[in-house]
Order: sequence, then structure tokens, then C-alpha cells
Amino acid sequence: MLPRWLEPLRPHWRTLRSPSVHYSLGFLVAAGFVAGILFWGGFNTALEATNTEKFCTGCHEMHDNVFQELKSTIHYSNRSGVRATCPDCHVPHQWTDKIARKMQASKEVWGKLFGTIDTREKFLDHRLELAMHEWSRLKANDSLECRNCHDYDSMDLTRQGSRASQIHKRWLGTGEKTCIDCHKGVAHRLPDMAGVPQG
Amino acid sequence: MRNKPLWIAVGMTVGLMALIFFAGWLFGRMVGKHERATEPRTAAAAPAVPAESAIGRTGARQLDALRRGVPVDQEAAPLPMARVENVDRKRERAYPMQPPTIPHAIDGYQVDKNSNRCMLCHARANAEKFQAPPVSVTHYMDRDDQFLASISSRRYFCNQCHVVQTDAPVLVANNFEDIDRVLAAAEAKGSP
Repeated sequence: MLPRWLEPLRPHWRTLRSPSVHYSLGFLVAAGFVAGILFWGGFNTALEATNTEKFCTGCHEMHDNVFQELKSTIHYSNRSGVRATCPDCHVPHQWTDKIARKMQASKEVWGKLFGTIDTREKFLDHRLELAMHEWSRLKANDSLECRNCHDYDSMDLTRQGSRASQIHKRWLGTGEKTCIDCHKGVAHRLPDMAGVPQG
Repeated sequence: MRNKPLWIAVGMTVGLMALIFFAGWLFGRMVGKHERATEPRTAAAAPAVPAESAIGRTGARQLDALRRGVPVDQEAAPLPMARVENVDRKRERAYPMQPPTIPHAIDGYQVDKNSNRCMLCHARANAEKFQAPPVSVTHYMDRDDQFLASISSRRYFCNQCHVVQTDAPVLVANNFEDIDRVLAAAEAKGSP
């Protein structure tokens, strides 16, 4: 037996379970197809809307802290006018990985709701922990988001500084190190790095 | 008017379309205004005074590095930005105790209480890995000449003494001679 408060739903449930009376199978299939397109398009549009610089900097936590630091770096403004926006580095580009990261981001919604880093002081207190998350994520996926643009095979080492080419060849070329091992703080200020290996 | 509901439905649909059109028109106007606002304003720039040489009006013989002799009511054409030398070749020191100049670009290097980017390569422990010259042993000494394990706090901010060099033209002529040349000149004068 249904609980009492579900009783009013019974006729609707019955309608849902019984075959269609008025509409042909063809119409239902076509309508389902169109509805599916609309739903999927809407879902992806919404997903992409959350994947923009404007969305990320919509919250003051991001806008006043990390975004201000990004502005002075080469990833924000440079001679050729290519900008790496927040999601280019912080959200995987592959669909499955992206969805996984977006589900993780529900934790960030929690943090936003409860004001975990809603002041500059709180942000600085949490900065090492937040940075650690990103470093371990990039370490685990072999700096995938860096490599979406910076591919070792496409690097012309002869156009790099002699130091850079030497070190890239020695450590990156052999796969011993990954980008984030040396390039921590490439786009944001570093937290207290005491005890954190940087090279 | 037999089918009144139909007319009502048509009227409501037309009204809704008009509303949507109006909203879209307003939105488009807003976006357009925003785009127009970000267009570069070229017409407003004041007439720039061409510098007579690469470093301004040097004929006036004044050391006005900021305005380079351009009258205050006129706007000087800015010099091209100097480029930092990034060739990784050690330079000669002008005198024995001169802090060596940095032979590479240091854009975006963070040197503060949280992190010291220079010491990533120039620390004693990392110098071999990056083939960088380790900082001098004096930089590990405190003011009582006691050696410390890591760089002394009074030597922490590298840029206080060590600087990059750019290809900017010199504003003031420099006729400094190092000790070898001074000695050689004295010797040449002393033995006729």
C-alpha cells in the first residue's frame, strides 16, 4: 500500500505506466527525439556557461583573489593575444573528465554557501590546501591541462632560452618530471612554500 | 465571432512574440553599447611630439629622464620598451665586489616570504640540478659571520643587489674604467 500522502499521485502514476491512447508510436518517437535534442542542447549550453571566465569571476572569492593575480601573468595578456581563461587550466577538456570535475565542484558550491573563503584572510589561510588540490590533480594527470596547449613534441627547443631548453630536455623530455613540478605559481601567487618541493 | 478562443490564443501569441522581440532588441542594444565602449579611442589622443633622437631632446643637455626635455604642456612620444637581455651568458664584473648582473629574464619571479623563485635554481642544493651558479657563501652568513643552513634573511631579496640588464640606450655617458685599465694607463705614463 502506498503511504497516505502519496495517494493523490496514484492516478498520475497509472497514466504514466499505461500505453498511450491518443498519440501514435511514430509521434512519440519523433517528439522524444526532438525533446532529447532540446534537453541535450540545453544541458550542454548550461555546462559551457559555467565554463567561462565571466562565470568563474562572478563570485568575489575568485574575482578578488586569484583572478587579480592572474591578470599580471603571461597567461592573461601577452603579445599574441591568446588568453588561457580559468577553465582552460582548471577544467579538463575531455567530456567524461569534465563531468567528473564538475561533480567534484559541488564541494565548491558548498564552500561558497558556507563562506569557507569569503574573506581575504580566510582565503590566505586555505590557500596552501587549495593549491595542493590543484597540484596533486595536475601531477596525477601528467599536467594534462598544460599540455592541451604546451605539447613537448611541438616545442622548438632551439627557440627557447638555453637554460629552458636544457632543463626541458633533461627533465620533461625524459618524462621524469611533469610541467607542474617546476611551474607551480605560474598563474597565481604561491602560498607559503616551506617544505613543498618546487623543482 | 464563433471561435473566440482561437482569436484570443492568436492575440496572446502575437503579444508574446512582440514581448520577446522587444526583450531581444533591448538585449542587443545593451551588448552593442558595451562593445562600442571597449573600442580603442584613437581620436582623443593628444598630438604627440616626436623625439628628436631615440632618447628625446638630448641637445638641451638636461638630465630630465622622465620628460626628456619635452615641454610640460605637450605629450612626449613614449620610447619603445627596453628588452631584458636573456642570453644566459655571464657578464664581466666591472670591479671585484660587484654583484653579478642577472643574465636572464626574471618576469613573474615571486620573491616574498612565501617563496623565492631565484633560490629554486641558485640555492646550494639545487645548483647542480639546474646548472646554475650557486649564490656566494657570504649569502649564508649572518651579521656575526656565522654560517646558516639556508640563505641569510639579510640576503633574501636578490633584486636589492642583482638586476637584469636591458638594451635601453644609456641616458648618461659613463667613463668608468676598471682597475686593470687604470693600472695599465699609470704604467704607460710612468715608463716613457
